[in-house]
Amino acid sequence: MTLKECKTGMSVRVENIGDSLLKERLMTMGLIPGTTVKVLRSAPLGDPMAIGIRSYNLAMRREDADKIEVTQVG
Amino acid sequence: MATMAMDNNIIRVALTGNPNTGKSTIFNEITGARQKIGNWPGVTVDKKEGHVTFEGKHIQVIDLPGTYSVNARSPEEKIVIDYLQEAQLDLVVDVIDSSNLERNLFLTVQLLEKGIPLMLDLNMQDEAKRRGIKIDVKKLEKKLGYPVLLTVARDGKSIKNLLNVFTSVSMESYGPSEELQAHIAKIQEIENSGLTGMDLQEAIIKQRYAFIDEILNDVAEFSSVGSTLTEKLDSVLANGILALPLFLVILYAVFQITFAWIGQPIADALEEVITGDFTEWVAGALEGAGVADWMQALILDGIIGGVGSVIIFVPLIFMLFFCLSFLDGTGYMARVAFIMDPIMRRAGLSGKSVMPLMMGFGCGVPSIMGARALDNEKDRILSILAAPFLTCGAKLPIMALFAAMFFPDNAANVVFAMYIVGVVMAIVSTKLLTAAKYKDETATFLLELPPYRMPDMKTVLLETWDKGKGYLVKAGTIIFVGCVLIWFLGAFNMNGMVEDQSESFLASIGAVVGAIFTFHGFGNWEAGAAVISGILAKESVVSTIGVLYGLPDISAEAEDAVETAEALSATGMAAAFTSLSALAFMVFSQIYTPCVTALGTIKKETNSWKMMFFAAGYMFALAWVVSLIVYQGGKLLGFE
Repeated sequence: MTLKECKTGMSVRVENIGDSLLKERLMTMGLIPGTTVKVLRSAPLGDPMAIGIRSYNLAMRREDADKIEVTQVG
Repeated sequence: MATMAMDNNIIRVALTGNPNTGKSTIFNEITGARQKIGNWPGVTVDKKEGHVTFEGKHIQVIDLPGTYSVNARSPEEKIVIDYLQEAQLDLVVDVIDSSNLERNLFLTVQLLEKGIPLMLDLNMQDEAKRRGIKIDVKKLEKKLGYPVLLTVARDGKSIKNLLNVFTSVSMESYGPSEELQAHIAKIQEIENSGLTGMDLQEAIIKQRYAFIDEILNDVAEFSSVGSTLTEKLDSVLANGILALPLFLVILYAVFQITFAWIGQPIADALEEVITGDFTEWVAGALEGAGVADWMQALILDGIIGGVGSVIIFVPLIFMLFFCLSFLDGTGYMARVAFIMDPIMRRAGLSGKSVMPLMMGFGCGVPSIMGARALDNEKDRILSILAAPFLTCGAKLPIMALFAAMFFPDNAANVVFAMYIVGVVMAIVSTKLLTAAKYKDETATFLLELPPYRMPDMKTVLLETWDKGKGYLVKAGTIIFVGCVLIWFLGAFNMNGMVEDQSESFLASIGAVVGAIFTFHGFGNWEAGAAVISGILAKESVVSTIGVLYGLPDISAEAEDAVETAEALSATGMAAAFTSLSALAFMVFSQIYTPCVTALGTIKKETNSWKMMFFAAGYMFALAWVVSLIVYQGGKLLGFE
């Protein structure tokens, strides 16, 4: 499953981040394999999505979230 | 450099840290108005420097751009690391949002690895407390080997504490702890392990976060609290489809505050002073000094009339920027970028363009500069080139006058339609440019949604001033020169001063320009001259029209449009335009080449003359075509 498919309220653990322009920035900002991510909400029309990681909130487009493999933890 | 290092009286301090940590608030609280905002050489990144004297010691503070790391991947990151490694500093303060320690410490650890001694300022203590975070300062100091200070950013005690530390701390007595040294050794091990590229980066980043987790396990306690205010607000303001009408309500309030409740009354009062007492006083003084008639006319009609009409607009501009800076300070603007991204993306832009483009309804200059906040070259250029299409404060009087004069029954609707024309053209143009130049580029969108906060008023006011002051400078320079120039061109020809303006230089030039609008229905020299003066400054279009139709005293303000229209109806202007050609002229004015100040800003922000000339020519051509379609299309449909 990728982060793109996650529904609001789900908690997931990051397994792998595929190569993308954002990869290094995402990892720098604390989104690395093993990090727990909570899907908080979506903008109108469902995209971009807001996620909570490491005690702060981040927004990204679902297209970019598709590169992030996750497994559900809650 | 040697002399500077020897100058023991000046203490040099740099502030570094993540965005949204209250770093700039601290900088503004410390330096107040004793700061200047410039540019880092070669890049469009703000360089903020300020100074303060505390207990007889002179302190120089530099506010480095907020960054999440110093990988030198962006101009900001490169500036931070280069500056910290090269400048002779007495102290580097790393401002940290205590409610968001893990991510903030990433930059800290990275800087410490590079051997830059830091003082950690755990800011936003109040917020951390509310979120149930407790930090053991002494333990943290021991863990890293560097001094730690707690602050609440905005209160006077925190600022005084900081200044005390600035003047007393000696970084020489600090050095990396054993734990930090062990971490640095591990990083070196990874670097020498043969990994390359992204795999190497990933391994290093993982090690940093592992080290941060290890520290925090020891020094911080996280107790769970209920859902925070930010979450409650976000579930309304940034959640699903309902967030959009709420944004419209807030936007409406901003425009009401600017144009009805606060900005306009101040503008009216100012106008009273300028057109009344001040003009009379100057007229009296000139008369008394025995100044020649033509000189009096130049000063009173040309300069005070022209510059005055811009000065009067200043309260509106400042009010709009105040509201937008305030909203930005609360954190709401990040939500606007979030909820508007689906719409902006379909228009070919990014959600982050909303805030800069909103400023475009006040003035194009800060709007173009605001594009700095965008992630990539494509989004920046597209946002810069979209901004001039919007109805800035200086275009509004043109629209108001023509609407009042030629569409008296529907004036408000016609003006509103022109706002729509501006927005639609911004979108159409973005689509055209994307198709022509950026077809294969993908844009990314990554945006921190910071907690909602009460903005620091000093910061809001300083930002308002910074964005708005360009407008004052413009009034004092370009508009001043423009008014004198237009007056001169209208009053002289090759043989000297002329009685009849239709024999002046302006008429000759206007006739040439006017000729290209033959099929637009406004191919007269007066319209041609107005178009030229509009490139100097859109503010001068209405005043030029006034001068040309023999009414130099008309008000160039939107709200006086009805009176002005009545006065002008008695002149040749009523016959020079039909309703349809007036509409074509309005559409043309809405779209064509921005004023020279905006063009200069485009040059500065894109660092390219080519881009500036492209913008000027492209927008003129687009305006010419669209306005032609309006006129000829209207005629085909039987309008006049």
